[in-house]
Amino acid sequence: MNHDIGVYIFLMGLVTVLIRILPLTLIRGEIKHPFIRSFLHYVPYVTLAVMTVPGIFYATRSVASGVAAFLAASVLAFFGGSLFKVAAAACAVVFITEAILL
Amino acid sequence: MELLNNRIKVFFAGMRDGVPIALGYLVVSFTLGIIAREAGLSSFQGAVASFINLASAGEYAGFLTIKADAPYLEIIIITIVANIRYLLMSCVLSQRFSPKTSLWHRLGVGFGITDEIFGITIGRRGAINPYYNYGAMAVAVPAWSIGTAIGIDMGNILPEYAVSALGVALYGMFLAVIVPPAREDKILKRVIVISFVASLSASVLPWIGEISAGSRTIVLTLAISAVAAYLCPVKEKVK
Repeated sequence: MNHDIGVYIFLMGLVTVLIRILPLTLIRGEIKHPFIRSFLHYVPYVTLAVMTVPGIFYATRSVASGVAAFLAASVLAFFGGSLFKVAAAACAVVFITEAILL
Repeated sequence: MELLNNRIKVFFAGMRDGVPIALGYLVVSFTLGIIAREAGLSSFQGAVASFINLASAGEYAGFLTIKADAPYLEIIIITIVANIRYLLMSCVLSQRFSPKTSLWHRLGVGFGITDEIFGITIGRRGAINPYYNYGAMAVAVPAWSIGTAIGIDMGNILPEYAVSALGVALYGMFLAVIVPPAREDKILKRVIVISFVASLSASVLPWIGEISAGSRTIVLTLAISAVAAYLCPVKEKVK
């Protein structure tokens, strides 16, 4: 070990915190440019969608239970289930699917 | 007095929405702790690293870099790459603040931008109320930090089936955030479906599938959002 773990942790933390707070503190006004506004409108939905699929399919012990959780959560969310309900239902579906399959 | 009451109410609303996040975080940070342990971190160091970074992919990459005893510059670069999406999220949130919001509230909310807290923040209408974020952070941040420490100290205590079931909690929350607004918005619905398909394809295609999940997220997010913004510019004010 040539490097100090404390220094590593300090550098990681410094970089991460700066990434998070710089735009929030530097961008004060409203962005007017239509492309940039639209781009920023779509970014969160696309990021979350991209992180959910295929991640959810491989988050469990079997792809089948991951797919089942994805479908159940999507349907429940579509009909307006709350964050907690949708998350809990996804977990329950995995538990039940695996109890049957594995 | 009424203002205070309202702040408390919003804080508790944040805590309530933070509970499923915290549960998911406990599980994910626990598994992250196992990797931190291999990298040689003590449970205290792991808790501090998690408290400051609040980043699953970023910390995972960071701990592997520490384990490899790589140069300091490498951990800087890898942290930027793994966490660059927070820069985008921070830009998005900058547009949701009331212009009167103080620097301290901007710093406070900015510090707590994670995928999940960002998700529930944009799920709310109107200008950002920092107290909502603080409420969510009050339960989610300790869970993330303590979960890492427990993972370092105790390794594998949860039964496999429980880890498996809890593993989808975070994804369920993502869906609860992105699906409802897409119900009435046809363009958004298409954008989300295209994102699902593109992301799944990218993960299984030869060569592209080799790229780390974090890098794929960045590339796909930039590309799909840019195309959508070019083809379907948003007319009304971004809420």
